[in-house]
Amino acid sequence: MHSLLASIRIAAATLLICVAGYTTAVWAVARAFAPDAAKGSLITAGDGTIIGSRQVAQAFTRPGYVWPRPSAVDYNAAGAGGSNTSPTSPDLAVRGREIADRYGATPQTPLPADLAAASGAGLDPHISEAGALYQAARVAAARGVEPARVEALIRSAAVAPGGLPTRERIVNVLELNLALDKL
Amino acid sequence: MLLYATLFVVLVVGGTALLSWPLGRYMKWAMDPADPSSGLAGWQTRAFRAVGGPLTAPDQDWKRYMVAMLAFNGVMFTITFALLALQQHLPLNPDGKQALEGSLIFNTAASFTSNTNLQHYSGEVSLSYLSQLGGLMWLQFVSAATGIAALAALARGLAGRPLGNFFIDVQRACFLVLLPLAFALAILLVLGGVPMTFDGSAIATTLEGVQQTIARGPVAAFVAIKQLGTNGGGFFGPNSTHPLENPTFWTNIVQMIAIVLVPMACVWMFGRIIGRMRHAGVIFAVMLAFLAVKITGAVYFESAPTQAFAHLPIDQAVGNLEGKEMRFGPASGPLWSVLTTSTSNGSVGAMHDSLNPLTGLMPMVGMWLNATFGGVGVGMINMFLYIILGVFIAGMMIGRTPDYLGWRVESREVKLAVFALLAHGLFILGGTALFAATPWGVDTLANAGPHGFSEILYEFSSASANNGSGFEGLGDNTAPWNIATGIIMLLARFIPILLPLAIVGSLSSKRRSAESGGTLSVEGGVFATMLAATILVVGALTFFPAATLGPIAEHVTYMN
Repeated sequence: MHSLLASIRIAAATLLICVAGYTTAVWAVARAFAPDAAKGSLITAGDGTIIGSRQVAQAFTRPGYVWPRPSAVDYNAAGAGGSNTSPTSPDLAVRGREIADRYGATPQTPLPADLAAASGAGLDPHISEAGALYQAARVAAARGVEPARVEALIRSAAVAPGGLPTRERIVNVLELNLALDKL
Repeated sequence: MLLYATLFVVLVVGGTALLSWPLGRYMKWAMDPADPSSGLAGWQTRAFRAVGGPLTAPDQDWKRYMVAMLAFNGVMFTITFALLALQQHLPLNPDGKQALEGSLIFNTAASFTSNTNLQHYSGEVSLSYLSQLGGLMWLQFVSAATGIAALAALARGLAGRPLGNFFIDVQRACFLVLLPLAFALAILLVLGGVPMTFDGSAIATTLEGVQQTIARGPVAAFVAIKQLGTNGGGFFGPNSTHPLENPTFWTNIVQMIAIVLVPMACVWMFGRIIGRMRHAGVIFAVMLAFLAVKITGAVYFESAPTQAFAHLPIDQAVGNLEGKEMRFGPASGPLWSVLTTSTSNGSVGAMHDSLNPLTGLMPMVGMWLNATFGGVGVGMINMFLYIILGVFIAGMMIGRTPDYLGWRVESREVKLAVFALLAHGLFILGGTALFAATPWGVDTLANAGPHGFSEILYEFSSASANNGSGFEGLGDNTAPWNIATGIIMLLARFIPILLPLAIVGSLSSKRRSAESGGTLSVEGGVFATMLAATILVVGALTFFPAATLGPIAEHVTYMN
């Protein structure tokens, strides 16, 4: 009985300090030093409507846009998730075939794997630089611009993860498409 | 590719090992001050006594310590159960989350009380901000603190001193160890781009004119303690693969360090309290060796391409990308999967269900052994069980009465240790057998064949190891899964804390003798080998047949 009483007193203290106090402190720091990221790194249009989050993938299906990685949850940012299929699963082979066909991939021009493999949350905002360049011709044709201009834009948008000199450079799809709209 | 992967692994694991040294020193000071009644430590002790009341004054024997711990954990469970059950009527619910189903509430409260964080719900879909913070995040602090307190008590007992007082220890762990670490990490995450807001979801209109609802919330505060306390429960359903939970390469590195930092430091704290740092060094080395083997295996097996794409026009030079994020780099997924299961963390940085078959075996091995760093506090306690068993076997081999740190290890202690170790195997294999043979498990699978078996095996391994990760294709939010894993999580949490405390209680009732040259030294290579062999034999004998039916069968059948 006394143990319960002591437990309740400690529960109250930890709730007060580790939940209320701690959360408020982190929130205040976030508001002061990273107000944009704190609210989800949102991108807004000139009229104030929200276009999306620069950290969250959104669906792109028009030929004039660069397409993101496939999403097992159809880019649902209120219920994210992965495919959870085994890499040996026949279902995955079917999906891979459909996607390769959609991009018109051939054994001579194989599709970069990230464009066929779904990400863990279905919201990966990035694709590989190779995956973006793979789509440059289609995007350029749909927009009626020189493929070289699209390729140059992709190369300038590509960054190495963490800013380190690794070979796998990646491109943020939403930011790239916003830049394409400004071409 | 190989060079980068090696460098990446060595920097993350090696860097964390270096950081764990000063942290272990600090944790000794915080948990077990040399003089708890004077100076700064005295001020702290008085404050903790004021909070806890009269019962915080006396030293507790192992039974009283146990009662105090169970009472506190009972209160933790009850408060969180109530918060979850009433969330639709409570404040801080901007997106209007509705009532949860009964067995899911039980499972979730059991899961976070037991430091497991198995999640049969999806945070952004089902929970209000109050449930996330006041219920689950609170338990992430106090359940981790329970583990650290138990280890401190165990170590004091082995040092031949009174165990201490749980009500003081749990506050020391919570306020002095976890809170400052979590605050520092949360700030790093905020600066790295993790959201921290009480606003509800953002509604966006995409460039193609579709509406997209973007769930967000007080994520940074939650994620920090989730990683540091080997909790692992994500704010969002897909955990640290979610770009708002883990937005960049650097937040990913910081989170991986946070996963294994406190479990590593716990070994040093243990060594400092028992006053045997060389012994702690040997234990640390054995743990690190197991970790290195698992990481090497995982990174190697995951560099194989996605088998399903093998005959398609797809360029797979980078390995299997299903369920992985581009921003983390290719070696991150398998490394994280090992770190999170070697410790009992359970957060994921790639979808474990989509790992290559033998890569997926590595996390399972981590959970089966559950002591190669392990959960905060409890990982070292599990290792203590292996040590008792190891010195007993060694004693039999050389024909001497086995002893550990001068305490005679006799049949009573060994029985308790074996019982605790066997319970783990029984929960995993018994549960898997039951669910693999009945619609309870079979009807919930996402993948057919051996991978389906692996999904069931993984779920029970995760519950019994108090890990919390999953092969998430499994449709586990059903009453049978919720109830079975809920019960196992609670039993598998408290049996391996209570029995070791009982062992220490039993040991310390005997007369301690000086360690002589005739007994096995606990500071050398022979002991390390003996310990590693014990872990390997117990783990391999218990689980190898199940591994053969799951990941190994899948590998030999499909990978070529």
